[in-house]
Amino acid sequence: MKTTSPITTIIAAIGATVITLAQNWKVAGFIFILIIGAIFPLWASGVFTFQISQLLIYAIAIAGLNLLTGFNGQFSLGHSAFYAIGAYVSAVMMTQWDIPFYLTIPIAAAVCFVFGFLFGLPALRLEGIYLALATFALAIATPQILKFKPVEHLTGGVQGLALFHLKPEAPFGLPFDQDQWTFYVTFAVTILMFFIAFSLVNSRSGRAMKAIRDNQIAAKVTGIDLSLFKTLTFGVSALFTGVAGALSAMLIAFVAPDSFQITLAVAIFVGMVVGGVGWIPGAFLGGLFILFVPNIAEHIAFGLAAFFDLIRKVIPFFPSIGEQSAKGLTGTVYGVFLILLIYIMPSGLAGLLRLAVQRLARARG
Amino acid sequence: MEQVVQQIIGGLATGAIYACIALSIVMIYQAIDHLNFAQGEMAMFSTYIAWQLMQWGMPYWGAFFITIAISFVLGYVIERAVFKPVHNAPVLSHIVIFIALFAIINSMAGFIWEFTIKPFPTPFGTKSVLGEGLLSAHGAGMIAVTGIMLGFLYLFFRYTRVGLAMRAASANPDSARLVGIRVGFMNALGWGMAAAIGAVAGIMIAPVVFLEPNMMVTILLYGFAGAVVGGLTSPGGAVFGGFAVGVIENLASFVPHFGAEMKLSIALALIILVLTLKPNGLFGRKIVNRV
Repeated sequence: MKTTSPITTIIAAIGATVITLAQNWKVAGFIFILIIGAIFPLWASGVFTFQISQLLIYAIAIAGLNLLTGFNGQFSLGHSAFYAIGAYVSAVMMTQWDIPFYLTIPIAAAVCFVFGFLFGLPALRLEGIYLALATFALAIATPQILKFKPVEHLTGGVQGLALFHLKPEAPFGLPFDQDQWTFYVTFAVTILMFFIAFSLVNSRSGRAMKAIRDNQIAAKVTGIDLSLFKTLTFGVSALFTGVAGALSAMLIAFVAPDSFQITLAVAIFVGMVVGGVGWIPGAFLGGLFILFVPNIAEHIAFGLAAFFDLIRKVIPFFPSIGEQSAKGLTGTVYGVFLILLIYIMPSGLAGLLRLAVQRLARARG
Repeated sequence: MEQVVQQIIGGLATGAIYACIALSIVMIYQAIDHLNFAQGEMAMFSTYIAWQLMQWGMPYWGAFFITIAISFVLGYVIERAVFKPVHNAPVLSHIVIFIALFAIINSMAGFIWEFTIKPFPTPFGTKSVLGEGLLSAHGAGMIAVTGIMLGFLYLFFRYTRVGLAMRAASANPDSARLVGIRVGFMNALGWGMAAAIGAVAGIMIAPVVFLEPNMMVTILLYGFAGAVVGGLTSPGGAVFGGFAVGVIENLASFVPHFGAEMKLSIALALIILVLTLKPNGLFGRKIVNRV
């Protein structure tokens, strides 16, 4: 009779886990992400940790828009408004009523859900381009409404609200600095939100949403309440974006009307299209794009300016390009990036990945 | 009462600006079935071309017509070079390309002509033609130019072969192709015309708001509003919508307490209201889709 030493048992247990994980690659991937998320802030620089937190926040907002557009077929160019509402609800509650940050997230989510639901009501009657325009109008009006005089004592008017002194510290004496702790909070909320998103999309309600996207009339015939599902989806989408807004208020520790201009709505929209419409993990790729590509474009623009300066030394008549003009080129480089991206992958990174998988499957026979 | 009349006339003058740009939006909508978010930037760029021509010593009207011609060609080229290759991409990708065009044209203008504000001449003069400071000669001229342009467009779309072909190509590309219309060419032509109308709008607006790369951003929004209120399928409706938005925006400042600072928000709330009650705009045709 063989006796098993404890070491063999442990090795056997680890082996069994590895085999189970290899069979369930989704679970394995999830655990891998958890581990990366847990150890990453320990070695990364503060700035990089901050950027990744921002990336996750953008990803939540993009996922929210994707639920609306990719899974329900409704446009929005106005999600900066919900982002702003989330940020402001959180900031106002923290500064004016001393409510702890963690409590403000669910409240911001609820408020945004209600706003989104209400905005979904007029949106019911609008389709395609008209809905895009109505939401566009909402995004344009947002900074102005935030500056509205009668509520200035709450919102701080043009100045906005500073939250630096209210940034949450790591509890129980955990040895994390503010950047690290902010990242962990953001990371946890991101996991929760994406879990909700995946569950929603694969649920009965998710199928109803997709049915409405694919064919409204057919969906109606099968007994789906169109108005209810469309307004609810708008609410849920706003909820996601509002949570992202609340997190960003904590991360940046400052809210002001001019942070929530139409450019933010456009960024969320571009992120969604670049990542892939109707593919939830694409939100991270989209977040990556809107976070880093504008910076890269700026570097390239300045590189181009330097290059022109060099040419000017050789050819004296070549027109000169100052610092300001180089900044002007940034938009051009960014725009060219976007156009090339759409050329290479008309349906975003999701489409490209799908194509690659198809090709691989075909090559294997 | 007198104040109200004043505000209405003032509103008509600014409304003429919105009407101009709304008209060009409807034009491109007729031609390509999309709202073009880069429309305002194209108009701004055309205005810079006119300014440059005048700097080189060209008389006003010479620069005016040459700019229109150049803009037409540029619009045509943009369609051929940028949009034709992604013709079958999803609508959302098209919107991203509009955003990209917006960024490119805006920053190119800043790159070529710098971001400083430039004055722009008017051919009509700046004297008041109606009351004290109510309606300037330039405002009246702008209204007249918008009216003339609308008249020509009406005739073009209703009585010329090309105009009818353009409408057909946008409304139903497949059937249009079957009866022998070159749909792709018509689309490009529509872009060219929209760019040309945008150029007229830009040149008319520039003396009022001054010339700078961001001059069109808010105007474009009001133009959209006007176009949508009037109905995207109706050029006349767009002009009416543009004037209406101008007047409403001015009258909004009478709302006690927050009228003046919330002008924009009130105008936008009205758009959403009109759209909710009449989703196709006041004068738009209802598009019925077959299942």
